[in-house]
Amino acid sequence: MNALVQPASQADENLRDLMRDIEGDAGGVTLRAVKLDRRSFLKLTGMAGGGLALGFVVGTDARAAGTTATEFAPNAFLRISRNGSILIYSKGPEIGQGIKTAFPLIIAEELDAKWSDVVVEQAPVNPAVYGRQSAGGSRSIPDSWDQLRRAGAVARSMLVAAAAAQWKVPVEECSTRDSAVWHGEKSLKYGALVTSAAALPVPDATTVRLKERSEYRLLGKSYTGVDNHRVVTGAPLFGIDQTLPGMKIAVFERCPATGGKVRSANLDEVKRLPGVRDAFVVEGNGKTTEVMPGVAIVADTTWTAFEARKKLKVEWDESTASKDSWSELVKRATELGKQPTGTQTLANIGSVDEALKGAAKTVAGFYTYPFVSHAPLEPQNCTAWAHDGIVEFWAPSQTADRALETVAAALGLPVAQIKIHQTRVGGGFGRRLMNDYVCEAGAIARRYNAPVKLVWTREQDMSQDFFRPGGFHSLTGGVDATGKLVAWRNHFITFTHDGKAPSSGSNWSEQELPGQSVANYQLSQTLLPIQTPTGPWRAPRSCSVAWVIQSFLHELSAAAGRDHRDFLLELMGEPRLLQGGLNTGRAADVIRLVTEKAGWGRKLPEGHGLGLAFHYSHAGHFAEVAEVSVDRNRKVRLHRMVVAGDIGPIVNLSGAKNQCEGGVVDGFSTMLGLEISMENGRIEQSNFHQYPILRLANHPQVEVHFIESNNPPTGVGEPALPPVAPAICNAIHAAIGHRVRTLPLTKEGFSI
Amino acid sequence: MSAIRLRVNGKDLSAENVAPDTPLLWVLRDSLGLVGTKFGCGMALCGACTVLADGAPIRACSTPVSAVSGQAITTIEGLAGKDKLHPLQQAWIDHDVPQCGYCQAGQLMSAAALLERTPKPTDADIDTAMAGNLCRCGTYQRIRAAIHTAAAKLAQGKA
Repeated sequence: MNALVQPASQADENLRDLMRDIEGDAGGVTLRAVKLDRRSFLKLTGMAGGGLALGFVVGTDARAAGTTATEFAPNAFLRISRNGSILIYSKGPEIGQGIKTAFPLIIAEELDAKWSDVVVEQAPVNPAVYGRQSAGGSRSIPDSWDQLRRAGAVARSMLVAAAAAQWKVPVEECSTRDSAVWHGEKSLKYGALVTSAAALPVPDATTVRLKERSEYRLLGKSYTGVDNHRVVTGAPLFGIDQTLPGMKIAVFERCPATGGKVRSANLDEVKRLPGVRDAFVVEGNGKTTEVMPGVAIVADTTWTAFEARKKLKVEWDESTASKDSWSELVKRATELGKQPTGTQTLANIGSVDEALKGAAKTVAGFYTYPFVSHAPLEPQNCTAWAHDGIVEFWAPSQTADRALETVAAALGLPVAQIKIHQTRVGGGFGRRLMNDYVCEAGAIARRYNAPVKLVWTREQDMSQDFFRPGGFHSLTGGVDATGKLVAWRNHFITFTHDGKAPSSGSNWSEQELPGQSVANYQLSQTLLPIQTPTGPWRAPRSCSVAWVIQSFLHELSAAAGRDHRDFLLELMGEPRLLQGGLNTGRAADVIRLVTEKAGWGRKLPEGHGLGLAFHYSHAGHFAEVAEVSVDRNRKVRLHRMVVAGDIGPIVNLSGAKNQCEGGVVDGFSTMLGLEISMENGRIEQSNFHQYPILRLANHPQVEVHFIESNNPPTGVGEPALPPVAPAICNAIHAAIGHRVRTLPLTKEGFSI
Repeated sequence: MSAIRLRVNGKDLSAENVAPDTPLLWVLRDSLGLVGTKFGCGMALCGACTVLADGAPIRACSTPVSAVSGQAITTIEGLAGKDKLHPLQQAWIDHDVPQCGYCQAGQLMSAAALLERTPKPTDADIDTAMAGNLCRCGTYQRIRAAIHTAAAKLAQGKA
């Protein structure tokens, strides 16, 4: 019974690498501080050469002496004008997580700027200057927190020095607020200090004083997004909105089964169609993350390109293409799940067999969840233009920094010949960590002598994804006579592309609960080979495993007749830090808070139930309580979701709550009715009629409560999502006594 | 292929070399440069392309341009007054509704059509009127609140 064969996938190592990167050292206490010595800060802020390239008037003693400076720009993050306007560059991609508002707020806080003086622009893509310019793993805030604070603090210290010199008073006697330096009743606006501050030497960023939290004036309050005015008036912000003079529209047809190659195509016929300028085969390099083989059509407009694609006939060589079948995989996994252990043992602590024998109660269950698609509302697209020895891109990417190297490699060009502009991104969710559509646009642009915008259809976007992998868990657990968890065994049946390691997004770690909290624990896995691309999906791994862990914990506490809140608090035990970053004290705090806010234990109407779940991911501790009702026909309504989270200090309260609200809707939508299936290597869902994302009428009321603990801050795009599905399933059990073990809920006859 | 004449946001515009069966969406975006109206699905399933035709919400991705000749088209670019945002746009900003923002033009146009017919909508009215618009980021709670806020402001303005 060896399920391992080895389909080729050159891209998978790349994906795993990406996964490691976005998961980072997500431990709340092992936060990587961006250490800036003077040399690296000079490099970072562009003063060791990059500054000129960025066109900044740099405030060094060498360059800005005299009165020519019209702006004070001590680093690449901000420029202050004489009129008092403060331009702050947001370095990372805005994908809906609110970073274009959050990053500048952090700088403005340390600068002591008045928020209404601040104008925000997207920074150029230049990792040598800005460091990380990616959005993923909720890492933007923790990875940039110190860097951005110091960028603001350096500027503030120089403005204070300039004012103190003018007043001939010690700097220690000066303070800052509302974009001005103060000494007693006297004040000087930052705009008035531009010239004198620009003439001062830039201090070592590691020596500038950072504020204490008690001194914050901006952070922690609510701000509307800096682009909201442009969003609600329809300004051209997104990748798909880009236009260039003489630009053409491209479409690109890949084999519907991953890995197929072009044998032949009716190119001559397609070239004669109205509006079509060219049609050609792109061989590609066979990497799903770069350029797969296909046929490009270049046309005058999007519609003529789409129409031409309908007439395109390609004969595919599918000899090495995917033959994946979800129904077969389910069958095999269900069979494998009868084995208590898999082919690879990942952890074996204590003696599970003994403990199960001695347990007062044991429970067993087989859990199944499906592949899902990211389905961002803006279909993949990218504008590219090969000119003057470079290829220039306007890309809605989550990983603009990585894209430089990926695209260069795919096109066989040095990175210096690639230029990327970041556009606003119409939804990421992990899909745009990969830059395949950027590479495709580049490959087409190099063949066509004009700017081209590659636009995917919705059907292409849904079928050419790096899907959140499905998975299967055969679980057995036991509790002792007091109802305490004593044994946990999990045979995880998951997927592989290389025959050795789990595919991207389909690995499990014994660091997950309850691996470090139960005396007898066994985790093993069996890998099933697939070719369908997989990848990180919002809260990768956590988005699926939290449902399994937190549902099965509830199965055990229910079997023991315990209150689930008490059971979870007992599992957390004394406050301590677990490997992986979960702090059991912080976990207990959010569990207590959420149950209090949700009215845990109160009497509910017939058919109603409360469900509690906790999950730690991306350095965020989240507990959630769902209130559902289920009728006789299994019509389910999620009335309310109470969320309690500890992500350390909050940057933008409105933005943070919005992420939690969205995470709840996304979690509910996905666990309720979303599934991607494949047969003969082809994805069976094509558009939203077969992938029914939740609509407005069914959104729950979401209440969000934060514990703003004195821990390093983390991002919140992801960690509110994982507890959603188990909280809902636990509530369904409380309401009608039915245990959901297969997602989506519609598989078990539920509907809304 | 011929020139198509359209009345969009109060202006008479002409688009050259457009086949009459071209969806309005692509005439707006590619020919007229009005890219505020978004492409999401191409099948009238997501509502990102919602515009108003004589005040009624339509899905521009699935409406041939020939079907709306002679009708007054309003897109997101034409929702605001001369120097004042539509109360819905202001409410969207005040409630910090958008996340990625891609669906919001369509959401706003559906909401604008709702308030035209039903100035004081109930939650059920909002459910029905907004049923054709997906928000992948899940900003529904704020959309609902912002519609109520805008409706209250409109009522105040008229009182």
